[in-house]
Amino acid sequence: MTVPILEISGVSKTFGANHANDDISMSLAKGEIVALLGENGAGKTTLMNILFGHYLADAGKVLVDGQELPPGKPREAIRAGIGMVHQHFSLAPNLTVLENVMTGTEPLWLLKSGVNAARGKLTAISERFGLRIDPDARVGDLTVGEQQRVEILKALYNDARILVLDEPTAVLTNIEAERLFITLKEMAQNGLSLIFISHKLDEVMAAADRIVVLRGGRKVAERKASETNKAELAELMVGHRVKRPIRTPSAPGDVVFEAIDVTVRTGGVDRLKSVNFHLRAGEVLGIIGVSGNGQTMLAKLLSGTVHRSEGEMLLFGKAIGDLSVAEAIAAGIGRIPEDRNHEGAIGEMAIWENAILERLPSFSKHGLVDRKAGQEFARSVIEAFDVRGGTPTSRTRLLSGGNMQKLILGRNLINRPRILVAAQPARGLDEGAVAAVHERILEARNKGTAVLLISEDLDEVMALADRVQAIVGGRLSPSLTAEEADARTLGLMMAGEWKAEAVNAL
Amino acid sequence: MRFERREHRSPTLIVAAPLLAVLIALALAGVLIAIAGAPVPEAYWHILTGAFGSRLSATETLTRAAPLILTGLAAAVAFRARLWNIGGEGQFYLGAITVAGASAHLLGGLPSLVQIPLLLVLGAMAGMVLLLVPLWLRLRFSVDEVVTTLLLNFVALLFVSLLIDTVLKDPLAFGWPQSESVADAAMLPKLLARSRLHIGIIIAVVLAILVHLVQSRTAFGMQSRAAGLNPSGAAFAGVPLGITLVKVACISGGLAGVAGAIEVMGVQGYVTTNLSPGYGYSGIVVAMLANLNPLGVVLAALFAATMFVGADSMSRSMGIPTYIADVTVALSLLSMLIALFFTQYRIAR
Repeated sequence: MTVPILEISGVSKTFGANHANDDISMSLAKGEIVALLGENGAGKTTLMNILFGHYLADAGKVLVDGQELPPGKPREAIRAGIGMVHQHFSLAPNLTVLENVMTGTEPLWLLKSGVNAARGKLTAISERFGLRIDPDARVGDLTVGEQQRVEILKALYNDARILVLDEPTAVLTNIEAERLFITLKEMAQNGLSLIFISHKLDEVMAAADRIVVLRGGRKVAERKASETNKAELAELMVGHRVKRPIRTPSAPGDVVFEAIDVTVRTGGVDRLKSVNFHLRAGEVLGIIGVSGNGQTMLAKLLSGTVHRSEGEMLLFGKAIGDLSVAEAIAAGIGRIPEDRNHEGAIGEMAIWENAILERLPSFSKHGLVDRKAGQEFARSVIEAFDVRGGTPTSRTRLLSGGNMQKLILGRNLINRPRILVAAQPARGLDEGAVAAVHERILEARNKGTAVLLISEDLDEVMALADRVQAIVGGRLSPSLTAEEADARTLGLMMAGEWKAEAVNAL
Repeated sequence: MRFERREHRSPTLIVAAPLLAVLIALALAGVLIAIAGAPVPEAYWHILTGAFGSRLSATETLTRAAPLILTGLAAAVAFRARLWNIGGEGQFYLGAITVAGASAHLLGGLPSLVQIPLLLVLGAMAGMVLLLVPLWLRLRFSVDEVVTTLLLNFVALLFVSLLIDTVLKDPLAFGWPQSESVADAAMLPKLLARSRLHIGIIIAVVLAILVHLVQSRTAFGMQSRAAGLNPSGAAFAGVPLGITLVKVACISGGLAGVAGAIEVMGVQGYVTTNLSPGYGYSGIVVAMLANLNPLGVVLAALFAATMFVGADSMSRSMGIPTYIADVTVALSLLSMLIALFFTQYRIAR
């Protein structure tokens, strides 16, 4: 066996009483892709920060090519050939790709900038690793996927031989993610060694050669991707068997909402093109589609934050005008927004304030907020929905993603809404939280709530939805029942292949 | 060295931060005083006695604090909702000239009990109007209100200058550019005889308490806070962003207008173009020093007034430029900003 290019041995790190890393060892061979799998808080990011010299380990060491890396010195880590691509990019949007890549590589006192040399090097790298990009494009004009490519190029430009990617797919669409994995594999074949951090089982299985599982700061397992499966990994990651709940057949009730030929136009572009769908009490309608195809508008339409340009909407059998947010809530529509940090909650406000903000009229008298009732309400949501890590008066920002989502679900579901609009409800959550969210959605459906589930996760839709429609380019397919919808059909529908079936159905 | 976000902000820290900031600022200003060649402890003693040492100086400090509280509140209310109202100075002057004009030409005959409240409302409305214009530009055309409110200060001051040289010119002022005086019935009652201290300070404190209650207890207060902290989140929760900002602008502009009104009705009785020694701008500093807390604004305004009045007296007796007051207030703002940062972050390694 050859010497591993990177070896982490016996690394421990505590923050106060919390063991973020407890005696973790792992290695990385040349040309290998290792996935670091674990739930939020398992210690993945801490470990990588130690590797990169951002944190000082309490014990243990990091070896590159058998040489020990001086701890706590990011500059040394870069010199040793370690490059890091963070989840949140550190790019300047008003500079070009080339300028971004060069930032920090040139001494300030040089009068002449080595633009031409840099351009040559960048082009060579991007050709060698198949990372095509226009060096003169402004970063702000690039898509998120392309920006990530710039981040990777930046690391490679600094002669990285070991590349660490922190949750690289968190910001990408499915298609972009698949493209990224192809690139990563090509890079590995070209001799780069890669570590990518993730909590998503699918992508770990798809991209990695070897998988290191962390849980609660410890390394609990190491598997070759060829010798394991998703179920085993899920169990290792969570520590016990997680079963995502699966719906049981239900008897749907009356149609509570119907959209007929509804078009939504913003900025002169049709975001939804004469879509038809209906929701029935006690039934989940799943809308599957790659994000960016109009599902945001669909959710907003029912949430009262966007108005239709054409078409008709019937709520409980009656034609309605445009819904405002207040009307939507008053009519009994519960809303789970796509982006919980930007829309679902206001991080700097207290949990109780977030619990009641959208229902302020029912928690205030003569314009005065009834704080006691609000905090009582928050307490009951926290209890009923098992929101951990906060009290009614603590700041919402301190909650983890899963607990914040439980709070948002709870404030909507506790009053038994007649309709629930859930946009990407499990996005970015770890396995345990996904199961909890799914369970709550099914529970609401079993109690008679009509659910509109918007998701790009095939497994999620197949597990929860009684009927499925695909959304592509702002158009909705006709609906399939859950029995008709297998992964293959749905996959085709997501690609826009439903015309034939629609004709058959007519 | 790295900074880590604090999980919990301890209340002690939040109270201690501004006090510490002020102490650090005083220490730094002490260095400057020493460089100017004066004994530092004595200089600070002069500032303190200059601001509170006698009946006259204490009342003068409070008189100075009243408009500062109001302009400080105006900035604090607006900034909370992320409405960057830098136009307090202009709103102050518009409130002042409106009061002077209205009392001299329209309402002068009314008894105090009716006239004073009416004038205060008019002064507030003048301030509101001057802020609603840039707000409309922002909502309608996304024009940055920092620029428009700031520039409107100069427009307002020139407008006042025009008025007091023409239609509102005081014919008895021997050609000095000053406005006609308000009616005697419009003058605010004195709080203490033989001093300049008037009931404006009480109006200011009452308004501070009111603003605090509105922000912390009412649905509107909660909505405007939400709109400031996270506009898209607030919109999703059904907060009407435009209307909320309009209300905030009315309160903010109104408070700055009232500041101008009480300064005319309480102290001078007429408007000149140097009625305000920069109250509108100092209000921004006061608001930041108070971390946008309405009750904190009262304390911050008192601190600023103490420095301004005290430094005058120190300057007279020790021959140090009065600019030391501006420097100290500015330094305490800087150290306050740093202290605030450390209430949210801690040093980690």
